Amino acid sequence: MSIFGFGKKKDAAPAPAPDPAPTPAEESASWFGRLKSGLAKSSSKLTSGLGDLFTKRKLDDEALEELEELLITADLGVATAARVTKHLAKTRFGQDVTSDEIKATLAEEITRILGPVARPLAIDPARKPHVVLVVGVNGSGKTTTIGKMAKTYKDAGLNVTLAAGDTFRAAAVEQLKVWGERTNCPVIARETGADAAGLAYDAVEQSRARGDDLLFIDTAGRLQNKADLMAELAKLVRSIKKVDETAPHDVLLVLDATVGQNAHSQVEIFKDMVAVSGLVLTKLDGTARGGVLVALAEKFGLPVHAIGVGEKVEDLRPFEADAFARSLVGME
Amino acid sequence: MFESLSSRLGKVFEKLTGRGALSEADVTEALREVRVALLEADVALSVVKEFIGRVKARAVGQEVIKSVTPGQMVVKIVHDELIATLGTKGTELNLSAVPPVVILMVGLQGSGKTTTSAKIALKLKKEKKKVLLASLDVYRPAAQQQLQILAGQAEVGSLPIVMGEMPVAISRRAVDVGRKEGYDVVILDTAGRLHIDQELMAEVAAVRDATQPTETLLVTDAMTGQDAVTLAREFNEKVGVTGIVLTRIDGDARGGAALSMRAITGRPIKFLGAGEKLDALEVFHPDRIAGRILGMGDVVGLVEKAMETLDQEEAERLAKRMEKGKFDLDDMRKQFAQVRKMGDLKGILGMLPGIGKMAGALKDANIDNKMVARQEAIITSMTKAERRNPDLIKASRKKRIAAGAGVEVQDVNKLLKQYQQMADMMKKVGKLGQKGLMRHGIGGLLPPGMKFGR
Ligand SMILES: Nc1nc2c(ncn2[C@@H]2O[C@H](COP(=O)(O)OP(=O)(O)OP(=O)(O)O)[C@@H](O)[C@H]2O)c(=O)[nH]1
Ligand SMILES: Nc1nc2c(ncn2[C@@H]2O[C@H](COP(=O)(O)OP(=O)(O)OP(=O)(O)O)[C@@H](O)[C@H]2O)c(=O)[nH]1
Ligand SMILES: [Mg+2]
Ligand SMILES: [Mg+2]
Repeated sequence: MSIFGFGKKKDAAPAPAPDPAPTPAEESASWFGRLKSGLAKSSSKLTSGLGDLFTKRKLDDEALEELEELLITADLGVATAARVTKHLAKTRFGQDVTSDEIKATLAEEITRILGPVARPLAIDPARKPHVVLVVGVNGSGKTTTIGKMAKTYKDAGLNVTLAAGDTFRAAAVEQLKVWGERTNCPVIARETGADAAGLAYDAVEQSRARGDDLLFIDTAGRLQNKADLMAELAKLVRSIKKVDETAPHDVLLVLDATVGQNAHSQVEIFKDMVAVSGLVLTKLDGTARGGVLVALAEKFGLPVHAIGVGEKVEDLRPFEADAFARSLVGME
Repeated sequence: MFESLSSRLGKVFEKLTGRGALSEADVTEALREVRVALLEADVALSVVKEFIGRVKARAVGQEVIKSVTPGQMVVKIVHDELIATLGTKGTELNLSAVPPVVILMVGLQGSGKTTTSAKIALKLKKEKKKVLLASLDVYRPAAQQQLQILAGQAEVGSLPIVMGEMPVAISRRAVDVGRKEGYDVVILDTAGRLHIDQELMAEVAAVRDATQPTETLLVTDAMTGQDAVTLAREFNEKVGVTGIVLTRIDGDARGGAALSMRAITGRPIKFLGAGEKLDALEVFHPDRIAGRILGMGDVVGLVEKAMETLDQEEAERLAKRMEKGKFDLDDMRKQFAQVRKMGDLKGILGMLPGIGKMAGALKDANIDNKMVARQEAIITSMTKAERRNPDLIKASRKKRIAAGAGVEVQDVNKLLKQYQQMADMMKKVGKLGQKGLMRHGIGGLLPPGMKFGR
């Protein structure tokens, strides 16, 4: 299946979606294997913990507390871990349970929370171009994610252009240009130090004149507590709107899976400043579990469009609530 | 969003004021709150548990000093223990080896290795060391170029890039060049890697064996969550870490990863990365990080920074002159200097979780330092007499001043007009007296057109 559905987002029924990334069975198996092994590694502690905990054991207060702690080590956060555990207690307290049963029930509960946010990025090919602005804190994986997404949509037959809106960091422009070459997408860029808002304006204008289907705008990494940098980002959005007042059509916030509770503040502030419309979680191929996503889903309900599972162009995956939840609790 | 530990504990202890020694029950209840505070600050669970155990042993039976509440007493004990765990401040780089001394930078993808390499290079250059930067990142697009550009900015040596050369070979060449060209220090920046990527971990171990670094610095993001223990343990076991650098401390993350990594590896935290610019590297202060983890804000840091930034005497002197309605261009220039410093202060204020409205206002202040500096330059190119008596400044003088400051005559006019407005305002404020100034707040001190807020 593909995460990348097409079709008008809010105002019309989804157009029949060409599958942009027809994945051969072998490829699919390997990516799933990779994700699974990544997440399995990440949850092996959780799994063995659960194993020790619940094989032939009564689900009592002590067991629940240990379970809650195991969820905390997956970055769910104290409050969410407590809530998920409490839910489990409601139906299972006092029963003799096996670790498999517990895992399944836990995964079910987490899937219930994540299900509604597992929504593909919906590109409307009628907009020429559909403008996607990519934002986030420093080093979270914005530029790489753009490269990966460009490939997906390019392969699906869309005309994709990239705009090098990070005019601040050393060699950020060059980095995006390499991704442009890799994916055969033109890159609109100015020299480092140029005005990012001006570049974004030009990019939308040029992309529109060319009749592109899709335009990705990269931005410099910025910490959400830096008011001046956040204001700069808001200014960039305003300058895009001068060309097309409906743009940007999507604003993706890229989160690094190693992040802990600070993700709350990232989503909150970026959402306030530039109306984030969806999330991408990168670096899930490591041992970090990205459990904070569960809390974010409860609190903000923003769609999670995709996950990153490596540094290569093909390392982008749909976000599937069930697979994510099952991997989180250590099921295959 | 997170409640500070002191307010959490305040609630716990509201009911039990004025007791003698801390009982086991008191302590247990208080430590439950401490546990939550630490977890919310992203300290790894295993580290939290061990830490709580130690605090408990110390706290039970302690006399509560008269003037403080039991809650404050526990916070104090927690704070002290936290500082003890975080380690001593300002552990310097170990450079005692035959030059060129090698520093190896390692860490996860995007943690800040390349930027930190250049920051350390700049710091060492200021200490009169000759530094060579070399990038072993042959994987990420434009990674080598990034380091080369940063080396240029820091004005330190940069190993020429040879396309197609692999990391171990590059590291050998770097040390070779370092030796032949008389470098004191060679800094090896490596590609980001996952600690579970066996191939890449083996590669960096091979680089270590080939170059014998005196320092292997693990660069990690202050926003890191529970995974900090795993990654720190693995990097330490597989590569051998000598120190830790915590980056993005300029963000609002509570930074519990610092405690996790320190506890797991036993290695000192050597530096803090506090911004994207190359001079944003700080030595480690355990007390600041401790306050931050506990959610009490980096109060020490703020106070220190504020003290060195705003010259209190100068501000008072200015206020007095204003009161008297005396305000010349020299005063204006001094004021500009203070405003500019305040602009620099903004970043620091961002570190404080919930310090209140005042800081919020200052943080949002729209201070354009370049513009302020230009205004200063205009006044600086005036003569003393002109500064005291702006009426002297006629057309020909204006031309001279503009040329001296590298601006147009109309910029000089603008500044003079601004001065006039300020002087008028000052007279009014003077009439209102000190109270009026207070009412106008700190914003009243700013030149027109540079108001606080967006
Ligand atoms: N393992 C892994 N690495 C990733 C993934 N996504 C990105 N990276 C790596 O993370 C590092 C940072 O990625 P970038 O795309 O440069 O991040 P960015 O957000 O654009 O960074 P700035 O522009 O500097 O703020 C690079 O080394 C990428 O190769 C992923 O899903 N998995
Ligand atoms: N705010 C802030 N940003 C930082 C700090 N250190 C690095 N950065 C930014 O973080 C991003 C990634 O930094 P890099 O130095 O490229 O990270 P890296 O570890 O070399 O990344 P890879 O080589 O891709 O693994 C860039 O946008 C830097 O400007 C810091 O202390 N504070
Ligand atoms: Mg980038
Ligand atoms: Mg790098």
